[in-house]
Amino acid sequence: MIPGQFDYVRPGDLDQALGLLRDREGEAKLLSGGYSLIPLIKLRLAQPGLLVDMRDLSGLDGIVETDDELRIGARATHRQIHENEVSARYPLLHDVTGGIGDPQVRNWGTIGGSVAHADPASDWPAVLQAAKATIVCRSANGERVISAKDFFIDTFQTAIEPTEVLTEIRFRRRPKGQGGAYVKLERKVGDFATVGVASITKLDGSTIGWAGIGVTGVSASPFAANAAEEILVGQAPSEDLFRRAAEAAAAQAEPVADVRGPVDYKRAMVAEMTVRGLRKAVERGLAYS
Amino acid sequence: MTTQHVTVTVNGEAREADVEPRLLLVHLLRDTFGLTGTHVGCDTSNCGACTVHVDGMSAKSCTMLAVQADGREVKTIEGMADGADLHPLQQAFWDQHGLQCGFCTPGMIMQAAWLLGENPKPSEAEIREGISGNLCRCTGYVNIVKAIQQAAGELSASESAPVVAAETTEGQAVSAEPAAAG
Repeated sequence: MIPGQFDYVRPGDLDQALGLLRDREGEAKLLSGGYSLIPLIKLRLAQPGLLVDMRDLSGLDGIVETDDELRIGARATHRQIHENEVSARYPLLHDVTGGIGDPQVRNWGTIGGSVAHADPASDWPAVLQAAKATIVCRSANGERVISAKDFFIDTFQTAIEPTEVLTEIRFRRRPKGQGGAYVKLERKVGDFATVGVASITKLDGSTIGWAGIGVTGVSASPFAANAAEEILVGQAPSEDLFRRAAEAAAAQAEPVADVRGPVDYKRAMVAEMTVRGLRKAVERGLAYS
Repeated sequence: MTTQHVTVTVNGEAREADVEPRLLLVHLLRDTFGLTGTHVGCDTSNCGACTVHVDGMSAKSCTMLAVQADGREVKTIEGMADGADLHPLQQAFWDQHGLQCGFCTPGMIMQAAWLLGENPKPSEAEIREGISGNLCRCTGYVNIVKAIQQAAGELSASESAPVVAAETTEGQAVSAEPAAAG
């Protein structure tokens, strides 16, 4: 497949990139790893007039823990995150980065690219929704920090303005008693998720003090299962509790029938993946107390 | 349409070309440089037939623009053999019947080479996960996995015992015979 014609620039710093986005507003598109954007351009579902390659923008691939946050630069690849030492302390991130696409995709695909692309069946958005992560966007006017809840608007639609660059994803640091897991059902290796569920629980003594659940693949945009989260908080973990929360998550899903299965099946799988995720999350939380 | 000048080191040799930004790396390699060992399979980032190494990382060259490879090092299947001596992975695919039609083989070998660079002694499960981005429609993967296991053994043996490397290589050439016959 031959992509349509476009111009290509590889700016040396962020200011230059922002200038290009402003000068060619609406027709310029940022290129990170390319594993989401290039297939779209080849299929001519996207026809940007200018590709701005982020390759030489330094300082955008850091993975650092501050006093209260884990900050991951937009240009960090799935593989870099998976191999990074923080991955051992954040099993949810280890889960998700080990299962995106295939090894070649993980070698080149980046967290920022995936999040900005906002495919309704991609993995990272579910994790960001579960973790109540924030997304940092820079423009000539400064920096905006956007909550995941406000960031993912619809299929392939986010809160990023055409003149902004997504620079960083921020997670709260993992406190004692917290565990997370990402459980994905896929038809075959490398396929997009039929259903993907990110689950996080924080244990306060014998009860769940905080919970986050993000679901992908079964709605126009990956969402936080708020009703399920509320069911979990203040309760002692049990199979019955997990099942009730999972049913609430399934009820919030809006799956459509396609090659990956009918609506009832997908809804049932949301519930099942949620139960499996919660079991793991609680187990990992107990092991980190 | 304006073109861009790119310099790419391919299999150790610096090569230059003026390309349209929309040219894919796989077409730069095949059509401009004449290196047709890298195959175009699905052309949708699924099958991995076009896998090459870019700066040491395996990549699907149908999902990378030629301009993205500017200033980088690319290694293709043509860069694996040392003259008439096949790379241990190539020899192992031969010995173990790791191919039938051969279409996926260049990508499969490049992905396996990357995998063994990362993990010199992978388990069978790790091999299967490592080549999960490469599709083979002939073999059912059994002999591909065997081939990668054979090459892993030979490569790590030659690395861990450099003193007897020459001897080992000879020994392997002999011991490869029965496997090839079987």
